[in-house]
Amino acid sequence: MKTVEEIKAAIEAAVPGAGVEVMQNPGPSGQHSLLLKPEHALEVAKFLHDDAELALDHLSNVTGVDWPDKEIAEKVKVTRQVTKSVDGVEQTVEETVEETRKRVEPGYLEVVYHLFSVAKKHGPVVLRQRTQNRSDKVEVPSLTPLWRSAEFQEREIFDLFGIVFTGHPDLRRILMWDGFKDHPMRKDYVEPDDFEYEPTAHDEVLKRAQEHRARAGAAVGEGAGQ
Amino acid sequence: MAVDQQLKIEMGKQGVFVTTLQELYNWGRRNSVWPMNFGLACCAIEMIATTMARYDIARFGAEVFRPSPRQADMMIISGTVTKKMAPQVVRLYNQMAEPKYVIAMGACAISGGPFKQGYNVLKGIDRYIPVDVHIPGCPPRPEALLQAFITLQKKIDAEALTGQERPRFLDPDAPGEFPVPEPAEHDLEPTANQDVWHAPVVIR
Repeated sequence: MKTVEEIKAAIEAAVPGAGVEVMQNPGPSGQHSLLLKPEHALEVAKFLHDDAELALDHLSNVTGVDWPDKEIAEKVKVTRQVTKSVDGVEQTVEETVEETRKRVEPGYLEVVYHLFSVAKKHGPVVLRQRTQNRSDKVEVPSLTPLWRSAEFQEREIFDLFGIVFTGHPDLRRILMWDGFKDHPMRKDYVEPDDFEYEPTAHDEVLKRAQEHRARAGAAVGEGAGQ
Repeated sequence: MAVDQQLKIEMGKQGVFVTTLQELYNWGRRNSVWPMNFGLACCAIEMIATTMARYDIARFGAEVFRPSPRQADMMIISGTVTKKMAPQVVRLYNQMAEPKYVIAMGACAISGGPFKQGYNVLKGIDRYIPVDVHIPGCPPRPEALLQAFITLQKKIDAEALTGQERPRFLDPDAPGEFPVPEPAEHDLEPTANQDVWHAPVVIR
């Protein structure tokens, strides 16, 4: 099979301005992936599906990844002018100070597709798509029109991660009920407070159970909690 | 009311059979408990095995699995109850005719089991409906289900037809139907039926 770089070159040749990026996988598997641009994603996918040499006719897996907002602390050397008294004389001296600066790298949601070719017996080719952010711009184009096997899995990702697949024929929740509002697989999902009975709690669950007890005790009065 | 056991044996030797209506009634009921044909997860496979030749729940009169709640006497909650499924389980239970019994089979059905902290798993079906016998295990072996069923038979046998201790189905004031939880925005509403379930007190 072609390497990811060769596939990228083939895509660029077939779809001008596709803007496909190679994401390196430093692990021993070396499964590098291709990051698609949303405006060309369907075109690129169609090329991968129809190309005689690649013939990626089988979509085996679609999954979601949540990348939350990341706060990055950096140490920066800053040069400042400081007024100091040196030997009783006021002087302006340049001083280099190390400062910690924090910046927030915005998070995004990601969809990962694993493609194989049954005809050519090769694969996987890993595709990724990213949303612009995690709150309101969460659309990515659906690949269900090309691979029907994406239909349920994209519905699952819509359900659990809240990624909206434009062009999906039937985008409804699949595991949770229709009136459900949360996306349980997101990192910032908070499960409902039903920790009233946790006989063998530890770690996170123990903390939640203690919080629940404190709340229940405050609400009902002394001795009402466990 | 109750006949002395020794006297009963003596009379039996003389060809006289003595019993009480309660005994006769409960004897008939306990030996013909029809379970509902209803499986939820992997425990259902063990339940199926229990019905087959090797374990043969027919020995206890419970081989007639009915595919309708209207004809069933016993519900075996065999597996994980998801929050999406819980309203349907309660609804099926409500549709069963009294007297009705529930066996919560396996870790998931009694507490949520290995999925207890999951976002979509009910932490025990006893939060919504009264459970007669709980069986631990993941999944419980068919012998455990038989043991639970024998326990249930003993419970049926001990039921009094009159008096304060009479079971729910003989008490016109007792509830026959249990509120079906509604799927809401974040969780089921209510999260537990307070008439049926209270958080057990953990002594630490």
